[in-house]
Amino acid sequence: MPNRTIRILIAKPGLDGHDRGAKVLARCFRDAGFEVIYTGCHQSPEQVAAVAIQEDVDVVGLSCLSGAHKFLFPEVAKLLKEQGAEDIIVIGGGIIPEQDMPALYEAGLKAIFTPGTTLESIVEWINTHVTPQV
Amino acid sequence: MKELSRKVLAGDIRAASRLIRNLEDQIPDTQLAMRELFTAAGSSHVIGITGAPGAGKSTLTDELIAAYRKRNKTIGVLAVDPTSPFSGGAILGDRIRMLRHSEDKGVFVRSLATKGSLGGLSKAVGEGIHVMEALKKDKIVVETCGVGQQEVDIINHAHTVVVVLVPGMGDEIQAIKAGLMEIADIFVINKADRDGAGKLYQEVLNIVAMAKKSGESSPTGWTIPIVKVESVLQPHAFAESVEVLGNKIEEHYQYLIKSKALVARKRRKAKAELNEALWAALFQPIVNKLNGDGEMEQMVDQLLNRETDPYTLAEEVARRYIKTVNNGKDGGK
Repeated sequence: MPNRTIRILIAKPGLDGHDRGAKVLARCFRDAGFEVIYTGCHQSPEQVAAVAIQEDVDVVGLSCLSGAHKFLFPEVAKLLKEQGAEDIIVIGGGIIPEQDMPALYEAGLKAIFTPGTTLESIVEWINTHVTPQV
Repeated sequence: MKELSRKVLAGDIRAASRLIRNLEDQIPDTQLAMRELFTAAGSSHVIGITGAPGAGKSTLTDELIAAYRKRNKTIGVLAVDPTSPFSGGAILGDRIRMLRHSEDKGVFVRSLATKGSLGGLSKAVGEGIHVMEALKKDKIVVETCGVGQQEVDIINHAHTVVVVLVPGMGDEIQAIKAGLMEIADIFVINKADRDGAGKLYQEVLNIVAMAKKSGESSPTGWTIPIVKVESVLQPHAFAESVEVLGNKIEEHYQYLIKSKALVARKRRKAKAELNEALWAALFQPIVNKLNGDGEMEQMVDQLLNRETDPYTLAEEVARRYIKTVNNGKDGGK
């Protein structure tokens, strides 16, 4: 495919305001050659889905450290599906307990990255799993 | 591609964003879709917001969207941020200031990366404007990448250019230099509660007075207004001053229509677009071919060995590919 640049939305849904990790990832994705739409903290799932569609992103990266991932992540995936955008890959990161993961994958998330994951491995995952469509 | 343009004309946001992306990535045949849209587009008012990085363009755009939504106008926003010269990646963070409009169906915000083009815009901006026009947006706001003194491409795309200044930009010599300071239809002094705002206002007032006297920036009698915008930390005063800005932008648009200056601006825009399309149609295929068959690298080798010079090579290539022009120059066959 000629010159297709991967576009990623990085958002923090919910009340959690700790966004350093999200910013580090945004910077890391920039350095990997991706275009990052950064919307920062306190997003509703509706906002995240709307922005993902307006920006024609390939990936939505959600970050949550507050424990609300069980509701917020599946909600974003559901809203995208409702708007015919289930082809947008949703991934998540943050403080996500092991036992919550099956339900998140069930809800449509394609990957979950927890503390200790290297930046390189996330970039590699995206490069392997994301092929932007024309 | 036809299906994409049909969807855009029906108001499909995802199709519009995909089309803009195809244009950004220069996907072959995307222009076929644009041909259909071009004839359907052209009745929106295009407003350019430009200024230095951190001048407050996005925050201003956000409040301007709110002001226009109160007047029931639909809005398209194209917000440009820089591409990394090293990785080709970008962080597009303008819309972080505009999130309250994310779910408003009357507002479509699309971020663009410069992808190496200079001038404060992305190559796809002109075409992005056509897509927004095809969506029948009343107002299209183009927020440029944070610019310096010479990034003035916005005048080829916008009907009304708003130049945002903040205190601390320099002395009056900076203010009378060519470039950015010349292109304003409206000046905004943002963060007007900061130290130095009064001095900046005086300096800009002098520019406007001189511009009026010489008639350079106002050939048909428009007096460039200077709008002071209060800090966003005073939400009420901020909103009120942006309301004033909105009124001035409308005044300017009405002025353009009445004075026939709008026709002149549309003509300038059309010419710039044709120029760009010509460049792409003539130059790009040649460069692609040279790259494709390895001739480009061979020529670079020749240059590195100092066997020849770039001017000779360029002329040879031009002679080979642009036969008609050369025939014309030689008096034709």
